[in-house]
Amino acid sequence: MIEVKNVTKRYGGVKAVDDISFTAESGEVLGLLGPNGAGKSTTMNIITGYLGATEGTVLIDGEDILERPKQAKAKIGYLPEQPPLYQEMTVRRYLEFIFDLKKVRLPKREHIDEVMAIVKISDVEGRVIRNLSKGYKQRVGFAGALLGNPPVLILDEPTVGLDPKQIIDIRKLIKSLGKKHTIIFSSHVLSEVSAVCDRIVMINNGKIVADAATDKLSEAVGGGNLLALEVEGSASAVKDAITSVEGVRRVTKGFGLSYTVEYESGTDVRRAIFRALAKADCPILMMRSGALTLEESFIKLTEGGED
Amino acid sequence: MSAIIKRELSSYFNSAIGYIVLAVFYFFSGLFFYMYCLMSNTASMSYVFLSMLMIVMLTIPIITMRSFSEEKKQRTDQALLTAPVSITEIVLGKFLGAFLLYCLCNAIYVVYVIILACYASPDWAVFLTTMLGMLLMGGALIAIDLFISALTESQIIAAVLSIGIGLLIYMLDSLAGMLSVDWITSLFHNISFDAHFTNFINGIINLTSVLFFVSVIAVFLFLCVRVIEKRRWS
Repeated sequence: MIEVKNVTKRYGGVKAVDDISFTAESGEVLGLLGPNGAGKSTTMNIITGYLGATEGTVLIDGEDILERPKQAKAKIGYLPEQPPLYQEMTVRRYLEFIFDLKKVRLPKREHIDEVMAIVKISDVEGRVIRNLSKGYKQRVGFAGALLGNPPVLILDEPTVGLDPKQIIDIRKLIKSLGKKHTIIFSSHVLSEVSAVCDRIVMINNGKIVADAATDKLSEAVGGGNLLALEVEGSASAVKDAITSVEGVRRVTKGFGLSYTVEYESGTDVRRAIFRALAKADCPILMMRSGALTLEESFIKLTEGGED
Repeated sequence: MSAIIKRELSSYFNSAIGYIVLAVFYFFSGLFFYMYCLMSNTASMSYVFLSMLMIVMLTIPIITMRSFSEEKKQRTDQALLTAPVSITEIVLGKFLGAFLLYCLCNAIYVVYVIILACYASPDWAVFLTTMLGMLLMGGALIAIDLFISALTESQIIAAVLSIGIGLLIYMLDSLAGMLSVDWITSLFHNISFDAHFTNFINGIINLTSVLFFVSVIAVFLFLCVRVIEKRRWS
């Protein structure tokens, strides 16, 4: 659906984006993740045709964004980092303008009502955009991107500046939209990306440092096969019980009641450890897969990029 | 494109700009009409039009100063440039929006000529050619000022530059007279708005003058498109 091929963007001598390639399939929610200034917005601006790439091509459903801009752009709904709102217009007027600008062929009034209901801005339709709160402005921009039901949605940090409840609403919305649309969604909030996206492309310093399914990412980064435990009981008894389990390589005692278990890949030792510790009368208070959290892999990858 | 024209016009009247421009235009044209026609008992409006040239030079920059500079500053150009419309359509839409407001300014002359017609018989042919001249010249200025607006992110810079260039254009004919180098004099004379406009005021539709203004419009709109296009690549 979206193909980004060897895209490079140079500003003078500086490469803001350096030979980036990835694809997003139809119905996929792809997270573009990276620290501030990594090149996320530039990449999105290139995908949407706002900026021209120095090298490389972008295909939207087979249409080249530079060769056939009108056809390609008609398939995209874009919410830039700063929503492009005309401050002096009312919400409805603004959406009517975007509707006309995109040459949408749907019943105008009904469609705008529908989109306003989806992003929950129906109550402010008559207000001037300048006077709206940041959360509302963000959602008006979102509504603009949704107009015309474009098959591709490009959302640049759509949850910045929203309160926690609104963030949850927007995430739910993106998730539900992901069933029918192809979505590229950028963020530097990791929990958000892991909650919403099927796949994550991590960018640092203009380069892709990881491209994997969300649940596979930490594995791809390495450092799987770890288990974090909190167990009550004497340290030696706990250690003995765990080491007796087949597949366990090493047990290290951490702070207080916590232990880290390293086990052989391809095995799942959790049930066996549970039984062994139950037998030794050492109750497990907490157990979680110690595979790197997204935060840890993010930091690992982005720090690695700077070396 | 019609969406952009509509938005431009509504933005003039959502802010004070549309009203201020109309008020200034109507006030001064009314003043000149009173001074040159009513007070001196003449049905010829040529002095009114000639005096209004200065006002046109000063008000058009106010109309166009925000056109592209403010879009860039507020990042609303992202909505325009990622929508399925070409840059040419965007520029034409902006131009026509500004031009329609300018036409609205000029509509007041129709009122004046009707007032004159109640008491005397104005020269309709001259009135019509002059109106044509006013619109062509205004269109050319709008195109130049739109181009200037596309160059900067600040509407103040756009306005000041536009007014400066407007005044220069206004004075070009007088400047030409001061210089003794022949080819410069003739060049200045040929690109002087004043000289071309005088043809229309005399009731002449000179093809050269029509073509001159139309070319200025075409060239500067083209340059405007190029400036916006170039920004995507730098």
